[in-house]
Amino acid sequence: MTTRPVADWASDFDVLDPAYVERPFSIWADLRERCPIAHTDRRAPTWMPTRYEDVTAMAHDVKHFSSQRIAVIPLQVNEGNETGQVGEDGPSLEYGLPPISADPPLHTWTRRLLLPWFSHRKVAEYTPFTRELCQRLLDGLAGSDEADAAADYAQQIPVRVIAHILGVPLEMADTFTGWVREVLEFADDIERREHGILSIVEFLSSEMQGRREHPGEDLLSVLLQTEVDGAVLDDAVVLGMAVLLLIAGIDTTWSAIGSSIWHLATHPDDRDRLVQEPELMTLAVEELLRAYSPVTMARMVTEDLEYKGCPMHFEDKVLMNFPAANRDPEFFEDPDTVHLDRENNRHVAFGSGIHRCAGSNLARMELRVALEEWLARIPSFSLVEGTTVKWAGGQVRGPRTLRVRLR
Amino acid sequence: MRIRVDPDKCQGHARCVGIAPELFEVDDYGLSSVTVDPVPEGLEAKARLAVANCPEYAVEVIEE
Repeated sequence: MTTRPVADWASDFDVLDPAYVERPFSIWADLRERCPIAHTDRRAPTWMPTRYEDVTAMAHDVKHFSSQRIAVIPLQVNEGNETGQVGEDGPSLEYGLPPISADPPLHTWTRRLLLPWFSHRKVAEYTPFTRELCQRLLDGLAGSDEADAAADYAQQIPVRVIAHILGVPLEMADTFTGWVREVLEFADDIERREHGILSIVEFLSSEMQGRREHPGEDLLSVLLQTEVDGAVLDDAVVLGMAVLLLIAGIDTTWSAIGSSIWHLATHPDDRDRLVQEPELMTLAVEELLRAYSPVTMARMVTEDLEYKGCPMHFEDKVLMNFPAANRDPEFFEDPDTVHLDRENNRHVAFGSGIHRCAGSNLARMELRVALEEWLARIPSFSLVEGTTVKWAGGQVRGPRTLRVRLR
Repeated sequence: MRIRVDPDKCQGHARCVGIAPELFEVDDYGLSSVTVDPVPEGLEAKARLAVANCPEYAVEVIEE
């Protein structure tokens, strides 16, 4: 897909511009100085703050910046106008994808249903499964001189962990990954994105049907039996939550793992230091999340307003550019350099305010375990010479092809 | 040294408990709290690190 070249990033930005997808950092630095809240009319009237202060202030102002429309690139099917309905009387997403696409009060109670499944304590229970999974994937690479660290490793991890939690077949991992990529990575190809979301809706609806007859102990079964205010949950609420978990749990963490491996493959000093000082891992994981935050979410302006001189109109999009906020020199010393032992790091890779990523504990654990296991087995690795790293961008940024030499 | 978590600001990032599990715990809904008061000797640096890493400014030193 080609996009019209960008002449002025302040007034006509395009987050799908190939140069931006590959390396947005200098563009953010320029905008922060020159025009900290950029604008575009491409696809939809959209604002893009690049300073930490603005991104976090807007994320906290849920009254004026609603989560009803969270797609960075407009997609009607999950944006309120359409309902993601399969067939005339088929399952639908009439509640969107709560809690991520909801404002209070729907946000509040649906989030409380999910949080215990991703609590600090619960995530510890998923750790052995994740560690064994990583070890198995690395067994598969044993003896090879080269591998695609994105496709053969990073991509394979989060999808299986979330399938395990949801209670859906692990053997379908590649199919789930394909659907989620269709939703998130084919920006202007609306048909393909609709195909992705409708496939997920159809699949999860049929899984729900099976669990109603034979409930298990997985998240989907439990949600189906949950009562709120004396009534079982509406099917469309359960479906929306399940679709959210599958979409949010796959591309995002995979991108964080892939970007971190890319960093270590291209920065041998950091790679060696992490191998020699494993006690650095807690701070290092946060620093890698800061520098390579994968996720940008959108908000919808709820009424005409002016923010720092920017005339925002009802239904305009505002991109919660958490990745740019995390490289703001006003907040982070030497922001474009990774310091594995950075001690002042209030990064917002998982968002800020009431929509803090509900799966952040899980994502952090997966990133940590994936790096620990990789470094234990493959301590000395580098990019294959002459290889082209292929990045995806837009809503989720991370490497999709990452050829590395394993020894 | 005494520290506290402001429950109105805490959004469940769990950075404090990641940095200093000796000082904080986090409930099933993500709300963090301080488990030992005052901060035991030797853990002051970790307490300060937790303060400096909370994205919501929810972890604070209580000024005496």
